[in-house]
Amino acid sequence: MDTPLTSPGTDTKPDSLPDFRDPSRAKLLYRQIHEAVRPGQRYRFMEFCGGHTHTLFRHGLTDPLPSAIELLHGPGCPVCVLPMARMDMAIRLAKRPEVILCTYGDMLRVPGSQRQNLLQLKAEGARIEVLYSPHDCLALAKAHPECQIVFFAVGFETTAPTTALLVTEAERQGLRNLTVFCNHVLTPPAIRGILAPTDDSPAPQLEGLIGPGHVSVITGMTPYHALSTEFQINIEVCGFEPLDLLQGILTLVQRTNAGSVEAHNQYTRAVTASGNLKAQALLRQVFVVRDAFEWRGLGFMPHSALALAPGYARFDAEHRFALQEAPAQDNRACACPSVLRGQTRPEACPLWDNPCTPDNPIGACMVSSEGACAAHYRYRRHQRIPTSA
Amino acid sequence: MSPTTSLITLAHGSGARATHELVTSLFLRHFNNPILATLEDGACLPTACENSAAELIVATDGHVVSPLFFPGGDIGTLAINGTLNDVAMAGGRCRYLTASFILEEGFPVSQLEKIVISMAETARAAGVQIIAGDTKVVERGKCDGVFISTTGIGQGKALMLEGLSHLQPGDHILLSGDIGRHGATILSHRQGLKFESDLTSDCADLGPLIAQLTGIQGLRCLRDATRGGVSAVLNEWAQASGHVLQIDEARIPVSPNVAALCDLLGLDPLYLACEGRCLLICTAESAESVLTALQAHPLGVQACRVGVVVESDVPRVELLTIFGGRRLLDWSYGDPLPRIC
Repeated sequence: MDTPLTSPGTDTKPDSLPDFRDPSRAKLLYRQIHEAVRPGQRYRFMEFCGGHTHTLFRHGLTDPLPSAIELLHGPGCPVCVLPMARMDMAIRLAKRPEVILCTYGDMLRVPGSQRQNLLQLKAEGARIEVLYSPHDCLALAKAHPECQIVFFAVGFETTAPTTALLVTEAERQGLRNLTVFCNHVLTPPAIRGILAPTDDSPAPQLEGLIGPGHVSVITGMTPYHALSTEFQINIEVCGFEPLDLLQGILTLVQRTNAGSVEAHNQYTRAVTASGNLKAQALLRQVFVVRDAFEWRGLGFMPHSALALAPGYARFDAEHRFALQEAPAQDNRACACPSVLRGQTRPEACPLWDNPCTPDNPIGACMVSSEGACAAHYRYRRHQRIPTSA
Repeated sequence: MSPTTSLITLAHGSGARATHELVTSLFLRHFNNPILATLEDGACLPTACENSAAELIVATDGHVVSPLFFPGGDIGTLAINGTLNDVAMAGGRCRYLTASFILEEGFPVSQLEKIVISMAETARAAGVQIIAGDTKVVERGKCDGVFISTTGIGQGKALMLEGLSHLQPGDHILLSGDIGRHGATILSHRQGLKFESDLTSDCADLGPLIAQLTGIQGLRCLRDATRGGVSAVLNEWAQASGHVLQIDEARIPVSPNVAALCDLLGLDPLYLACEGRCLLICTAESAESVLTALQAHPLGVQACRVGVVVESDVPRVELLTIFGGRRLLDWSYGDPLPRIC
């Protein structure tokens, strides 16, 4: 289906959210999906993004799908893939008396290797600020010249440009007490990490990949064409509304049936072929690609993360505070690593629900609302419907 | 409480499961008595029960809202209405209030007066007198401008609430209006979030709305959805009654601007606080007359049936989604925070 979703009426804006949640149009898409599914054919699709996982669960979208369609959760949750060693570094930073650590709300409950999290440190008196925009760091830096403001930056290509803007703005304003602890990661190397076989596991059996939406607003479609060709897999870049996902699933079913392979853009109202060129230029200006970076569940992956470019070293918290990464071991029983690869169902982890819960998360997939373990726990723990990995 | 909890965190004040656990595992454990153990917002005093019309109802509520002034109200209106509503939810009519102020050194008297005028006007409109009070001042930085605690003393029983133990499969779950407006308004005016919106808090005295229900039989339970939102009330009810509460998503009224803010921040209106909305459960037979009575009042024009009590093995709240799916409507975990991606 190549027709983008548009408004049925003239009195509503084409992009208004209710249109993308219209139950009657959803019913139509479900019927088309049911009609398209062929007996004996498997349709294993991985949604890369935690945002997609969240939409599927929150709206109960998987229940009316044919049983031949299996949705596996991917590693696209920035909180989940941050390795414990980096979380430990953030905790060490927050413990420094001169530091005000600023970050997004999701990071507050992620446990470090000593089972400590930022929320507890805050209760103990550490200065930790929850931000809605990294730009709020600028005002904090000016208001507290005696303190070191550190932005704990996490996220994919989606949030990296705003961090880059913070750095250029800090430079323009001549701020000397603001640094960034950079943990931005890149999506295409992670997709490669999922699709390629490793020493421990063969390549996953997938008929299609639901590609990230917001990341692709920045990157454009170019990386997915290469990945689709390299791994001979259909990639459907999707928006985050229920109808976006249903339309994407229908397209993947149709392409699976046709035996054709391509990367396709469902999210045309936001994603363009070449992406946001201005943001891409800003990323190239402020960041360099790290040689390798550890991802929880995927291990060290080459060229998969960003660090501040040498020209911006004075804004790099790792540089200013001489931070060293110390190896940290995840709980051995925690199945987060294989959950993040789509190989283990969250319920199959021995820690899931006991003792690992959103109130007492052991692994990162239980912390973020976009983590697969948290989604299964919050939305399905009494149903245990085997619809997805 | 969770075995790892040794310090109070913000999650304990969110009205979510952590709050519930703190209340039951600490306060109730040490203060335990039959009145407190009902865990209702308002306490019905048994000493006055011989004459049910003269039954005393006491409720207390602390207010620490930030910002102090917001569209649709301020900490003063909230401090009065919050406690009036707690008394109303216990089936009573509030008569007297006490107010305790904790003030921060350096706080402008002009702002305090604005708050006090709000309180006086809100109390007067409700026909309630503020009959005792207390004032403490703490050093700068030791509180956030003004904290206000109020205690309400009321008379009942205007309503006959049968209680959660009488819940039956087939009972109807009703909601008095659109949800999440107070929480969304506060969030959009918090420091750091600079939204321009026409959101206003739904902060209101629910007493007159509840008075509409006087004389109606078959009312099981009644609660205003404050911290933790509609989800917290439903989960507490499900847990306390042992039933499954099944909610139909399509029937829940959410205003377009609340829905838009939630979409932008990745929040769910079912978890956002209301300050002028209540949920109630009644028998199927009485549902129609309850709805008619609620809808006859300006605060209840959007009142609707949102779900039913169903029989099942594990108590829980289930949401039937508009797409035909079925999922848990779980407790929230800590304060609602915007997601990052």
